[in-house]
Amino acid sequence: MTTVSAPAPVGLEAGAPPRSLAGRIVDRLGSGVVQVVMVLLGLFWLVPTLGLLVVSLRSVQVNSAEGWWTIFTKPAELTIENYSNLLASGFTASFWNTVAITVPTTILVIGIAAMAAYAFAWMEFPGRDTLFLVVVGLLIVPIQIALIPIASFYGGIGIFGSIPGVVLFHVAFGLPFAIFLLRNFFVGIPASLLEAARMDGASEWKIFASVVFPLGKPAIASLGIFQFLWVWNDMLIALVFANPGSQPMTKALQSQMRQFGSNVDILSSGAFMSLIIPLVLFFAFQRYFVQGMMAGSVK
Amino acid sequence: MAVTERFNGPQDPSERVSGGSPAGPADTPRSSKKPLRRLGPSPALAIAFLLPAAVLLGVWVVYPIVYSIYRSLFDSAGTGFVGLGNYATIFSDEGMLTTIRNNLIWVVAAPIVVTTLGLIFAVLTERIRWSTAFKLIVFMPMAVSLMAAGVIFRLVYEEDPDKGIANAVLTTVHDTFSSSQGYPEARPREGDESPVTAQGGGAITKQAAQPGQPVLIPIVGVKPGIMPSDAQPAKPPAGGDTLSGTVWFDFTAGGGGTNNAIDDGEKGLPGMTVEAVMDGRVAGTATTAEDGSFRFAGLPAGSYVLRLPESNFQASYNGLTWLGPTLITPAIIGAFVWVWAGFAMVLIAAGLAAIPRDALEAARIDGATEWQVFRRITVPLLSPVLLVVFVTMIINTLKVFDLVFIIAPSSVQPEANVVALEMWRVSFGGGNNQGLGSALAIFLLILVLPFMIMNIRRFRRENA
Repeated sequence: MTTVSAPAPVGLEAGAPPRSLAGRIVDRLGSGVVQVVMVLLGLFWLVPTLGLLVVSLRSVQVNSAEGWWTIFTKPAELTIENYSNLLASGFTASFWNTVAITVPTTILVIGIAAMAAYAFAWMEFPGRDTLFLVVVGLLIVPIQIALIPIASFYGGIGIFGSIPGVVLFHVAFGLPFAIFLLRNFFVGIPASLLEAARMDGASEWKIFASVVFPLGKPAIASLGIFQFLWVWNDMLIALVFANPGSQPMTKALQSQMRQFGSNVDILSSGAFMSLIIPLVLFFAFQRYFVQGMMAGSVK
Repeated sequence: MAVTERFNGPQDPSERVSGGSPAGPADTPRSSKKPLRRLGPSPALAIAFLLPAAVLLGVWVVYPIVYSIYRSLFDSAGTGFVGLGNYATIFSDEGMLTTIRNNLIWVVAAPIVVTTLGLIFAVLTERIRWSTAFKLIVFMPMAVSLMAAGVIFRLVYEEDPDKGIANAVLTTVHDTFSSSQGYPEARPREGDESPVTAQGGGAITKQAAQPGQPVLIPIVGVKPGIMPSDAQPAKPPAGGDTLSGTVWFDFTAGGGGTNNAIDDGEKGLPGMTVEAVMDGRVAGTATTAEDGSFRFAGLPAGSYVLRLPESNFQASYNGLTWLGPTLITPAIIGAFVWVWAGFAMVLIAAGLAAIPRDALEAARIDGATEWQVFRRITVPLLSPVLLVVFVTMIINTLKVFDLVFIIAPSSVQPEANVVALEMWRVSFGGGNNQGLGSALAIFLLILVLPFMIMNIRRFRRENA
């Protein structure tokens, strides 16, 4: 609160050996340069998304006449008309399709993968290690490989274009990562806990449901958020397996891309609507998101 | 701040468990598991736990691999056996070769840029106090769909510098360093009466100019859309002893007016570069003001010829055609870097945090410079993380689809094409040739195969 005496050597130089005066000046200047560079880089990453938001909040006429950055001198031009037009145009249906695809997929992936991961981590059966290596191998199989075979398979059983078809495809391709992530976490659960439960005569189902699953919560949360975003943001699978009635937002927006210039009102507001939920989830659960990503980086 | 704790998350012990750390807790249960066997469940029960996953993986992932290999040997109708014909098409068709060339550019450029940027960001964030905010901003695009990222960059890359921010920034920077105003198709007024004449695409005075006598430079042919909005009525500069004059649009709207003289309502041409030339050498340059007047300060006495260089009569700089055939792939790679740099940064930052501080301090005490510490200690210790990031990016670039599909306008998609996109186009996007599509899918699988084997080997080594 009183006057500050000599600047204390805190911050990035803390713990470093004393430097010469010249060295300290160089450091100070260097740190100033770093600050400026980082601010510029931060802007570089922030500005494109900001541009999308502003464009989505201005009318078609204004957007075709001037750049979005003029908003700083004319804030009165902001309008929500693009969003009200978008909602009136039936985009809401594709929003709910996205939800109807994403939520069941996430739940199914977690449930099915947790069971398999438990078997891989804590059960003995012949060929276990080899099978798990197969799962590791499947981690990076490109989904393109399955588009043609599954399209004809779906055509045969009559679920082509339906939401369940899209969901099942997502679940299958979500499983290798999910099993890998959960198995590696379950393996770290103390053996004594399971041993005690087995001694007490608990069934495997009971151990799975009341010991392993609850203890695995951090990993399941990571997996859940990651899987949710992955499916929510998917375009390719929807492009092939959804029809106009079951299409999620990504496919609905893609169909407007051909006339980008004249559809910029729908595209900008639609794109922003599609990313608002992922952004909220990201800020709320970023820790789990980062963890899931780090765990999956073996991919 | 809560956010800080969250972003420090990767350092806490639970992360190492979920991260499948090789030497971490994973070892403990494995070694202590043996005695459990007698208590363990029967293999039949294990099969019950595995069954749903096995069915899904078998039908949706493994069977399609086998089916695709088979299907790739047949023609588009699926009835005529063509052997390896579809694969031959991949390597002979001209459009396909462009596609493969683009994938090569992607695989070479994108992983290097992303990994390098991630490393720079990770190191620099250690030197700022608001590193959490920075990490959040750079990491955010990871949560956004590539579809939305594509729309975002379509807007960024709009060619009109009044609409696309990329060209707006480029033109602003460009105009800061050189003449901001160009007058294409404008020219000096010709004729015996005129004090100037055209020369080398520019204009030059016929007579030598003297300080104190304002020089008139009449220009015609300025198109209405080109006239800058800040142009003021032309007027000659107030006398004085310096070399001065006026460059103006010698045209009176609605007719009338005298040629080669400044009439009422005629406007000056701002932003013109004027050179004073003596004996063929440029002795000084000036730029016209809003009323078209210019003034050379501090020129030694003498007789000069005044010249308007050609650059005045070229179109103003309008930035780059990002979405044209030449720049489209680099432009999309730019969007890819924007999306993935945060991933690289967070992973590398976690690796950086795990480096023992003692090693760095010891080197500093021994007199190593920061660069030496970085080059000789930090980077080698980080190399496993850098490799993971690099390989992940290679796999991602091989599979890149959404960004190309969304950012490249349909007219330039052939120039921007990549294997994953071509696979979709050929099989579903109008091509309707599922034989060739299957061959492309297998080709893609073969491209990622080395990394699949690498993953398996690494996993075996780490869990041995």
